[in-house]
Amino acid sequence: MNSDDERYICRCEEVTEKEIREAVRAGARTVTEVKRWTRAGMGICQGRSCKRLVERILAEELGVSPAELEPSTVRPPIRPVSISAINMEETRERNDREEG
Amino acid sequence: MEKHKPVVVVGAGPAGLCAAIELKKAGAPVILLDENDKPGGQLFKQIHKFFGSREHKAGTRGFTIGTSLLDESLKLGIDVRLETEVVGVDPGLRVWAVRQRASSELIEASRLILATGATENALSFPGWTLPGVMTAGCAQTLINVYRVLPGKRVLIIGSGNVGVIVGYQLMQSGAEVVGIVEALPSLGGYGVHTAKLARAGVPFYTGTTVVRAEGVESLERATIAQVDGSFKPIASTERTLDVDTICLAVGLTPSLELSSLAGCRTIYVPELGGRMPLHDEYMRSSVQEVYVVGDTAGVEEASTAMEEGRLAGVHAAWSLGYMSDDDMKERVDETKQRLNALRQGVFGQKRFNAKARIIQESQLR
Repeated sequence: MNSDDERYICRCEEVTEKEIREAVRAGARTVTEVKRWTRAGMGICQGRSCKRLVERILAEELGVSPAELEPSTVRPPIRPVSISAINMEETRERNDREEG
Repeated sequence: MEKHKPVVVVGAGPAGLCAAIELKKAGAPVILLDENDKPGGQLFKQIHKFFGSREHKAGTRGFTIGTSLLDESLKLGIDVRLETEVVGVDPGLRVWAVRQRASSELIEASRLILATGATENALSFPGWTLPGVMTAGCAQTLINVYRVLPGKRVLIIGSGNVGVIVGYQLMQSGAEVVGIVEALPSLGGYGVHTAKLARAGVPFYTGTTVVRAEGVESLERATIAQVDGSFKPIASTERTLDVDTICLAVGLTPSLELSSLAGCRTIYVPELGGRMPLHDEYMRSSVQEVYVVGDTAGVEEASTAMEEGRLAGVHAAWSLGYMSDDDMKERVDETKQRLNALRQGVFGQKRFNAKARIIQESQLR
């Protein structure tokens, strides 16, 4: 970890600054595209630590201000949820009963 | 019937608690959800005295305000569900809540009040992932909630209120604050908090940044350097400090996830933490049934968060028919007056202007 470029940006998925810059130079234009390309922001914290850092690098590489970047896409669940905790069946059945 | 569905408030910090209290007082059904095992948000970590006027409990410590809000919510019998994470919301205002990480529940809400706070910003520099480098809020949680001292020699990055308040509390806990580093040419915190550290002889390094952190198993040294006009470190000014802890106090970002899922439009306001949902004068987002309050609607302070929570609570109760037009107007006016009073002075004026811009922008769309 001597070079600046090799510092980690997304520590959950161990993605370095170099990898993110390479993704942008190869065509990634949004935080979401960088995420799909490198997995930055796909780990346990879901980008809570690295999103702003990725935005800064992206803005710097593209020569725009962070305000001009497209907001990143959010999908549920926004926190890691174990499969066993997604017991929606019960709720769905109840809703169906109520509607029916 | 819309009126019989509950108003769901997400986040039981100062903003969420105040919103729920107003709703319950007006007679509206309300459910308050929080991921933690105790309500209060960050208030119970705030052992310093608050600012503002007397109505704003100036001179009162954060945890005391937290205790009185909790007492009030208990007395009113508010349905507070703890250890409940909200992980989703759909456009039909169905809230996906996960209890104790074990089971899911869908709650149909008539109105949604998002009081989900903010996330601390990170700063990346070589060595920032070493054990011993943490955010200031993390250090504050360790000392004030868990009574654990994170280290003995601390370097703080960022001279804003969070940096100087946590720095002083670390000193009170027995750590030595080796220095406070500020990239800007001038200090960012309130004079009262800054002066406590200055009087204790803590050096402040303005126009300076952290260049790298080093250590074998964990943090042992930090190198700092002055920055040039474009915030790049000047190599000839580097100096190395022996530290075992670095606290990052470099700002907060509003938590946007749930408002984004609800379809709320956003605006970028650097003074209040970056991208955040747009809101009108009643804290209503671009989605009429969804309100945003506290840090998630622009990073300010616990005192402003409480007033924003009250505004949203009153307005939501009125919109569902639980409050008369006159009562609503009166309560909104007095709350706005208190909010304006909190947004005065050198620091407050900037926040006042930013908030005015957000409200203006929400009317244009």
